[in-house]
Amino acid sequence: MVASCAPEAVRPTPTPSPRAAPLLLGAALVACLSSCEREQRRFSEVPPTATSYGAVVMSDLQPGTRTTEVDVTTTYENNAYAISEGQRLFNQWNCSGCHAHGGGGMGPPLMDDEWIYGSEPENIVATILEGRPNGMPSFRGRVSTPQVWQLAAYVRSMSGLTPKDARPGRTDHMQYKQQEQSKKPEDAKRAQEAPPASVTP
Amino acid sequence: MAASVAACSGPQRVLDPAGPQAEHIARLATFLFVTAGIVCAIVFAALALSVQNGRRRADRGEAPDETPDGERRRGRAIGLAAAATTVVLFVYLVAAVRTGRALAWTAEGGPTERAGPPGAPPGLPPERGPFPGGAPLTVEVTGRQWWWEMKYDDPTPSRMLTTANELHIPVGRPVRIVTQSYDVIHSFWVPKLHGKQDMIPGYKNVLWLRADRPGVYRGQCAEYCGHQHAHMAFDVIAESPAEFARWYESQLAPSAPPTDSSAQHGQTVFMSNACIMCHAIGGTPAASRVGPDLTHLASRRTLAAGTLPNTRGHLAGWIVDPQGIKPGARMPSNQLTPDDLNALLDYLRSLK
Repeated sequence: MVASCAPEAVRPTPTPSPRAAPLLLGAALVACLSSCEREQRRFSEVPPTATSYGAVVMSDLQPGTRTTEVDVTTTYENNAYAISEGQRLFNQWNCSGCHAHGGGGMGPPLMDDEWIYGSEPENIVATILEGRPNGMPSFRGRVSTPQVWQLAAYVRSMSGLTPKDARPGRTDHMQYKQQEQSKKPEDAKRAQEAPPASVTP
Repeated sequence: MAASVAACSGPQRVLDPAGPQAEHIARLATFLFVTAGIVCAIVFAALALSVQNGRRRADRGEAPDETPDGERRRGRAIGLAAAATTVVLFVYLVAAVRTGRALAWTAEGGPTERAGPPGAPPGLPPERGPFPGGAPLTVEVTGRQWWWEMKYDDPTPSRMLTTANELHIPVGRPVRIVTQSYDVIHSFWVPKLHGKQDMIPGYKNVLWLRADRPGVYRGQCAEYCGHQHAHMAFDVIAESPAEFARWYESQLAPSAPPTDSSAQHGQTVFMSNACIMCHAIGGTPAASRVGPDLTHLASRRTLAAGTLPNTRGHLAGWIVDPQGIKPGARMPSNQLTPDDLNALLDYLRSLK
């Protein structure tokens, strides 16, 4: 035994108190559960999000009985795989050709907080599917419904509107990030309007 | 044992090499197996002998032999075994070095291509020359999740060929495979021709192959690369130089315009649905490089990187629900009306 060879040099390692064990276990369990939704990988989307674009409405005002709304937040916004797929499709389908990884060019920037047609997921989905004046093509029929929701989730993540933990990892391109070393909300708001100077194009 | 039996049959037979490097590997494998088997038999025999000896002594009521004589005998036996092990390991080392040298071809092919004045780089054996067999054919193989993109190199840019999931090579001619990756690390492995070569994103690895007889050799991805790593296979089809030239010319040609009305409607379906976002067909406006090139889809043996045989039924199932066959694959499900699907199949099956 080591202790018998050099009793002064060896100190026993500190162990957590017996009361802390269930607390730690509980904390670990909570952490696991909260990441369940984020880490789900749904390869085949189930209805209603997968069926038709007609399931989504732009306005909260409806005559008569309010029809069921589609929940996109849980399915796409909080889901890391969905946002990551949106990033892949954004790059592979050359959205950067006009929007340049969010910085804009021929098309408007997507990293800022100025939304010509609205920033809600439904608005972005409408933009992609219908096209817009002055150059946004219409992708109706060319992208599947889950994919257009994934793209919308990624576009929203580019300006920080999705939860931080679901956003894709750092790339070599422009990325949304908070102004460094600032904890004040107004600084964060200012950072949203103008990307930090440290972001390289 | 099961693994060695599995290696004994099929288009991926490691013990039936079709190229020079695979022959070296197979020879080394057989040598190691046989010698290790002999050593194993000797060790088990010695163990059985000593157990029997001990049991006989125990039956006679004798304690284990702890006399100096006995100790010396045991010491000698251990020394002998240690010496034998060292000799065997040294033999293995020599075999490994020889095999390693036989498999190590640089990107240029060999030192004699670089050899010039007597101040040539030291340490390179002078007797190795360029990879024997003639002028090499260069193919750039890009591993993508979860399929293979093959780009044949040619001095004339218009004669460069891009195809997917199938590699045709002429028999007896060296093929220089330049491997790279589009996304994560894959590994290029054709067991009947060579060992594994990793495909690392941002880095080009070179592998020299030569098929010494015609045949279909199956290869697969040998580095875990995601959900469908297990369904990422490809075929290497070695054929005579004349047949290879015929195949190459037919692949270079753009797709023929569809003749019958069903195939024409199928082409319209292709161009007005999600297909054009990812697939290219030579001779049409579809030119996206996101997914495999489909210009000569009907000429391939398999679909979806070796996952399905290339038949009309399998193609239909793949188009309508790829996620059911290869969950996680980058191709989305496509909801087509039955008439549109049939027309599309007619068109795709005409792309020979």
